Amino acid sequence: MKEIGHALASDLDGEFPRVVEEMGRRIYWGLRRLSGNHQEAEDLTQETFIRAYQALASYDRDRIRGINLQPWVWTIALNLGRNHLRDRSRRPTYVEMIETGKPDPELPDGHVWDRRLSHLNGHQKTAVVLRHVVGMGISDISESTGRPEGTVKADIHRGLARLKQTIEEEQ
Amino acid sequence: MSIESQLGTLVGSLPDGVSEGVALGAGLADGYDLYESAIGNVAVTFNPGGVSSVDIADQAFEDRFVDRFGRKLIRAEAPSAWSRHIPAAIEAGTPGKLPIDLRSVTSFQAEVLTRTAMIPKGEVRPYAWLAHEVNRPGAVRAAGSAVARNPIPLIIPCHRVVRADGHIGNYSLGGTGNKHDLLEHEGARPDWLEDLASKHVRLQGNTSTKIFCHPTCHAIRRSKVENVVDFRSLDQAKNLGFRACELCRPCC
Repeated sequence: MKEIGHALASDLDGEFPRVVEEMGRRIYWGLRRLSGNHQEAEDLTQETFIRAYQALASYDRDRIRGINLQPWVWTIALNLGRNHLRDRSRRPTYVEMIETGKPDPELPDGHVWDRRLSHLNGHQKTAVVLRHVVGMGISDISESTGRPEGTVKADIHRGLARLKQTIEEEQ
Repeated sequence: MSIESQLGTLVGSLPDGVSEGVALGAGLADGYDLYESAIGNVAVTFNPGGVSSVDIADQAFEDRFVDRFGRKLIRAEAPSAWSRHIPAAIEAGTPGKLPIDLRSVTSFQAEVLTRTAMIPKGEVRPYAWLAHEVNRPGAVRAAGSAVARNPIPLIIPCHRVVRADGHIGNYSLGGTGNKHDLLEHEGARPDWLEDLASKHVRLQGNTSTKIFCHPTCHAIRRSKVENVVDFRSLDQAKNLGFRACELCRPCC
């Protein structure tokens, strides 16, 4: 991630598409579990990167180099998830997304996990998804959510316990 | 398998179209769509800042765009907030409510093009007039090259700018034939304009109002035929006691 920050600082327009390729799938699939909805996750992923680009374009090089990219992008994503999407009518829309009605790329067990995760409260769900689906460390999750590390750990612990209980009840 | 490791398998690939959507929304690529015009299908390109170019929709227009603007081009729908203004702007030959992106030209060129966009439909003006209108009467050649480099023809109606001698002159969007057809379509009567040019007529005056105009100005076109006189120059009109029309502002 550190090398990406340096590359972005020297050539934002050239390197940004690579960031989308590298980080995009974890952002999408994290948001997919948090929202439980393909269209919303796709829209949020797109909007998150557009906002990230706009912010980076307004920063100087040192500020870009200093960014811890993954938690920074997740901060944007989580804020967007809370607020509603605006400004979309001012952007061009990729035609494939309208015309072909592409199939939902859902994973085989996705809907099962959405049901299980629905038993967790919002903080627990966010913490568990960021920790174990996206694969982020505790301090990065703390940075993205704005909650203290101890609280994040407790959210994860309680969330996992709740999932375990739900799975046991299924059997 | 533990719950933690099961959760770790819930990452698939990035859905198709997200990268393109980001590139379009961030302005790293422009979108394009095809529209009908009086001279055939045209490709209109756009980004969040507005319409960035209009070109003949042939095999090579994507290559020409990338060469000139240095951005990628992706098939897209225009932003819904202003997409409906695109066909209207093509037909009217002026941007109207359509936002336009003139970042690809210098500020002087943008000023010339913005003034060009205010020439009424069915009328034409010479390059020298444009230079005068942007307060750079000596910059006739620069005004001419600004018009020649117009990235958004049809919508910024550079086909309404003609040579100082009155001949309709060249056109970047597919040549002089298209300029002739567009002027004909708008009622500017290009054959009549060529005829006036060959007779060295630059301006026309109304003997009743003593006002002189560019020959296509709607003020002179509304005049009775028997009251219209031809002038070869501004001085000739002024020496005969005529004054310049305040609508078309003839200056040269």
